[in-house]
Order: sequence, then C-alpha cells, then structure tokens
Amino acid sequence: MIKSIQAKINGILLRVEEGTTILEAARRVQIKIPTLCKHPDLPASAACGICIVKNKGSSKMLRSCCTPLEEGMDITTHDPEIVEIRRTVIELILSNHPNDCLKCARNNDCELQKLTADFGIKEESFPQFLKDLPMDQSTKAVDLDPKKCILCGRCVHVCQENQDVWALSFLERGIKTRISPAGDIQLADSPCVKCGQCAAHCPTGAFVEQDDTVKVWRALQDVDKYCVVQIAPAVRVSIGEAFGYTGKNFTKKLYALLRRLGFQAVFDTSFGADVTIMEEASEFEQRLLKETRPLPLITSCCPSWVDFMEKFYTDMIDHFSSCKSPHEILGVLSKTYYAQKNKIDPASIFMASVMPCTSKKYEISRNEEMFSSGYQDIDAVLCTRELVRMIKQAGIDFENLPDEESDSILGEYAGAGVIFGATGGVMEAAIRTAHYFITGKELKKVEFEGVRGIKGVKETEVDVAGKKIKIAVAHGLGNVEYILNKVRDAKINNKEMPYHFIEVMACPGGCVGGGGQPYMVTDELRIKRAQAIYQDDSNKQIRCSHQNPYIKRLYKEFLGKPLGEKSEELLHTHYKARPIYTR
Amino acid sequence: MEQKKLNPELVKLVEEWKGKEGNLIMILHEIQNHHGYVPRELSLELSKMLEVPLARIYEVITFYNFFKLSPPGKHLIKLCMGTACYLRGAGIILDEIKNILGVKEGESTKDNLFHLDVVRCLGCCGLAPVLMIDEKVYSKVKKAEVADILSKYIKEE
Repeated sequence: MIKSIQAKINGILLRVEEGTTILEAARRVQIKIPTLCKHPDLPASAACGICIVKNKGSSKMLRSCCTPLEEGMDITTHDPEIVEIRRTVIELILSNHPNDCLKCARNNDCELQKLTADFGIKEESFPQFLKDLPMDQSTKAVDLDPKKCILCGRCVHVCQENQDVWALSFLERGIKTRISPAGDIQLADSPCVKCGQCAAHCPTGAFVEQDDTVKVWRALQDVDKYCVVQIAPAVRVSIGEAFGYTGKNFTKKLYALLRRLGFQAVFDTSFGADVTIMEEASEFEQRLLKETRPLPLITSCCPSWVDFMEKFYTDMIDHFSSCKSPHEILGVLSKTYYAQKNKIDPASIFMASVMPCTSKKYEISRNEEMFSSGYQDIDAVLCTRELVRMIKQAGIDFENLPDEESDSILGEYAGAGVIFGATGGVMEAAIRTAHYFITGKELKKVEFEGVRGIKGVKETEVDVAGKKIKIAVAHGLGNVEYILNKVRDAKINNKEMPYHFIEVMACPGGCVGGGGQPYMVTDELRIKRAQAIYQDDSNKQIRCSHQNPYIKRLYKEFLGKPLGEKSEELLHTHYKARPIYTR
Repeated sequence: MEQKKLNPELVKLVEEWKGKEGNLIMILHEIQNHHGYVPRELSLELSKMLEVPLARIYEVITFYNFFKLSPPGKHLIKLCMGTACYLRGAGIILDEIKNILGVKEGESTKDNLFHLDVVRCLGCCGLAPVLMIDEKVYSKVKKAEVADILSKYIKEE
C-alpha cells in the first residue's frame, strides 16, 4: 500500500501519496509554481532553479520539481524573497539568451518569453554573454540554434532515454556547456532520425521545425500551379488545441479551411492509409500463406522508424513492409491517377501535406522512389504548428468555419484509414483487411482493444481462420529494443518467431504524439487525441479499407490489384543500411 | 590519412573491462596515453565494442579537461593559474604566450609545435609564476623572458 503524506503548502493542509513532488502537490491545491526545465511529460532534471520553495524552519531553498513532499512539511511557494530570486534566475538565463524574440519562431509561444513577461522584466540586469555557436539546418526537418538553448536538458532526455537515438548530448561543462551531436558534427551526420521530439519538448526556439509556410504561400500565389493538399489523421484531433479545444475532431473544418487558403483540391491522408492497408495486408497474406518473404512483417509508415531501422536494425530490412507511407502514396496518386482522371498536367500540381510530424519533411526526398510519379511526389510538408500559423496569417476564424467535405477521388476514407494516427492503429486496420484477404470473410467485430492504448509495448494474439496470429505494437523508439531483440534471438537461434506482425511508431502515442504537434503534450493529451480518432472510426459506416468504394474504384480503374505491377511501381519502396555516423 | 584502429593491446583491455563499472574513463585514459589524444575512429570502435553510444563517450571526453580530441602539439606548455601564480602575474604571462603563439588555451599551434594548457597548481607555489614545458619547469617567469624561453624550442626544429 502506498503511504500517504500530510503536509502544508501556503497554509493549505493536504494529503498526497508518498513520493509526490512539491511541484505536483502544489498543483493539486491550485498553486502553480513556475518552472522552465520541468516538462509535465518528462522527469525532473532540476536544471533551471526557478521552481524553488522554502520549508519552514530551514533557510535552504528546495527545488520543488525534484523534492518529494514529506510528512509535516510547511512549504511556502511564493513570497517576496522567492519571487526576487526567481526573477534573478530568469535575468541570468536572459543574459545568456539572444534578445531577438520578434524574429524567433517561438515568438508568442515560448516558455522563457512567457516567464519573462510574467515577472515583468523590462531591462537587461546583467551584461549579455552569448554563445558563439552556429545554426544547424542540416536535417531539413528540425533546426537547431544552440544560441537559444537554456540547457534545460529536455531534448537530450527525449533523444537519449525516450527515443534511444542518442543524436544529442551535453558537451563540455560550465559556461562552455552546449547541446550537440558527439563531436560538434551536424545533425544530418549524426544518428538523428528527425522525429522532432526535441522540438516538441523545447521550451525556447533552440529546436524548431524547418518552416515551409513561405514555400506553400508562394505556390498558392503561383497561377501556373494547381495546388492540392492532404491532411494526416493525427492533425484533425490536435489542431483544436491552438484554439482552446482538446480531444475534438476538426476534420470538416480543416477541409473548409484549406479550400479558403486557396487549395484547389483537399484530400485526406486517411485515404492513402486505406491504400497502404490494401498493399500491406496483401503483403502479410503472401508472407503468411506463401512464405514469399520472412515473418514477422514490420510496418514502415513512420519515416523516423524507417531511418532508425536503416541505422540500428539493418538485420530487419527483409522484414520491413515495402509499402510506402500513406502520405507518399497519396502524393504519387495525386500526380498520376488524379491528374489523369481530371486531365491536369502533373507538372503543374503542387502537393502539400499537413502532418503531425517533422520527419515527413525528410521523407519526401529520402530516396528516388519518392519521385515515382516522375515528379517529386510531395512538394512541401507542413506540420500542425505551421498550419496554425498559416490560419492566423490568413485571418480565418477557424473554429467557426462551416463544415465541408473532402474532394473526390482521394478524400473519402474508411474508419481503418484514420486510426493510423494512434499507436496500434495501423495494426488494427491491417488485421481488419488481412482477415478478409486470408479467410474471405468479414469480421463481425472490427475493434481490437489489445493493440489500443498508451502502454509502450503491446503484445496480443488474434485469431485468423483458426490460426493464432501473434502481434506486437511499440511506440516511442525506446520501446523497440524489447520486441526486436526477441526477433533477433529467434533468428540467431533458429527458434520459432515470437511474432507474425509488428507495428512501430517512433513517437510516444504514435502520430498523435508527433514531433510537429502542438506543444506541452502529456500522456493525458495523447489519450484524448487518440480517443477522438477512435470516435471518428466508430462513426464511419465503412470501417475496413477494402470496403471503401473509392479504394475499389482506384484498383479497378488504375492500379489493377494489390502488389500488381503498377502498385509495385508506384506504391512500394526499398530500404538500405545506413551508417549511424557519417562523420 | 592512416585509418586509426584500436591496437591488440587496447582491444584486450576493452574486452577485459567490458561491462564493468567505470570502464569508460579507464579505457579512454589508456587510449590517450597511447595516442596522445582520443581519435574519433577509436571512439567509434569503442562505442560498438562497449555498446555505449558515441554521444555518451563524447560527453565524458569533453566533460573532463584532461581528454583531448585532437593530436597535441609536440611541446606541451602548462601554465599554472593556481592562486599563487595568478596573484604573481600568471595572467600577464598567459597573454604573452597567446600573443606570441597565436593560440588560445587548450589549442595547438598551426605548425603543431606547441600545445598550450592552463593548469591549476603545479605544486611549487614558492616559484610562482610557474611555467612547464614538457618536463622542464621555468620559475618566477617574467613577461620579457617568455619569448626567449619559447624561441629555444623553435630553434631546435
């Protein structure tokens, strides 16, 4: 049984379970202690020193983020002395931080800027002492400006511990401390997989997504361009957060919005996901029944996961689904199938995609197969945060827009397509269709609760035609090792494979927790976003990709059959081993 | 450039220490003793052998002043900035060395003849300010003497 602790905070008597930090306990009695380094999603690093509090009878200041409340404590969180110390700490941080808020990507959305405003700091109390370190824009996905880093350590923690990538590290010590890949190389030469979790957790503008809004605005102005757009499943359930709504689905307002921005056709990545399922479920059926290639089959929709595998798990290349991600599939179909049907010159099509993800910016040119329409299949990727900025620039009252529908013939999706946005969704969607492909029978119940939810590794079995199909789902790259070590072990020792099918998403929670999503994500928020996605699925008449009439039409009129010649040419890709470090 | 590899002696050492606590610093010491610095190729090799990310190895190397990432100059200048030396004008001596050699502390000259390090206390405060070049100690150094001291090593070449 967990012991409970009784103590006082600002004179309020409270009881919490043992181990609760003072910061957390204070929140429960409506007291907000300011902090810069503690992110609600991450453990305390005690780096910034802003969350200090006093305990009665002691002159020592305690860091509330990492100090558990103890029996009988009498804590003061705010008094003139504490406020003064906090102000000095902020002033010291500012003395080491560029003063260019007006031109910073985080302007008006920066934790340091907000705290500076809250404390009413209006002048420089200490001389400026800036780091002379260069910008790193090498990844084409996430930019690092080390001058703006306040050394809170959130990015290093997510990169090393949550994602197990270890691209980032703290180099040197004291005044020279900086975040950088090992040996001051560029991020593109490091193990970085572009997941953007660093940017999603950064309190300042040290890590930000590479901005493509200007590129998209220019295309929208270009009269020779036919601009089309797609939105990813996870964007519809998170974008509302920028306007004060959590867990709300904005699909139909997004369609309306994108038309108002000037796009001539508005598509949905969930349709691309339905195509992915047709191909991937066929691939699974072939591997299972005809043993064409080895099992387990591993999903490949997530470009950060692909990059990670190509660097750290090269022995798994054969297990990877060759199927492109939904976003790339929709890109190539827009410049082939859609262009042909509507008699549009594919050279004039500008395809932008709105993604919860920074890595998709990298994916669009990751190899020559991302140009299989004869053009770059996707021209620009905007992450959710960038679209929010465009909405504001366009002066559109987003939340009050009328509902609109997506454009035929790449817009109508089955429930299976939209659940791609949550961890376990690809697996669930694939099983729905694979079951039909293998048995010829439709499922009575299409929900698979075993693959849903926020647990880091989910292992379960599903029954397909009397055969137990063993599946595993991991999200957050730090959870991959457990699953793949089991596969490796079975391979090396010639044992029975532990799984038939594996889904991996790089970001915690899957795409709903993507690196391009609105800031301050926690598991609570990831769950809300996922619930809205599952609600979208259950509201759909058609739940399985193979039942989507537009999918049937696509194969009948254009692709032929899954894994057929045309599908292989347009919808599939290959993988290669890449060095972890290129310098 | 010749591709550097861990020699058999170092490989044996790594294998012996694999999985033991505190092994990284121990092994890095041996690499530096052998090569005069920690070459990147060896850190990469070590990372694979110990299954320790390169980022962690660099965190350790750069945290400790002792480890070097580039080959040191032929002659190592250690200028003491301990309390006694500092009070007796080591700062002026440091500026003079920097001026003459055109390097900052922790750097090697372009011709790789000198490497300049600042150290805290060489244990002979009575001789302050103290300067050491390789194994030779120069005591009660004055600004005007610095050029003379350095020129001896330059002439040797």
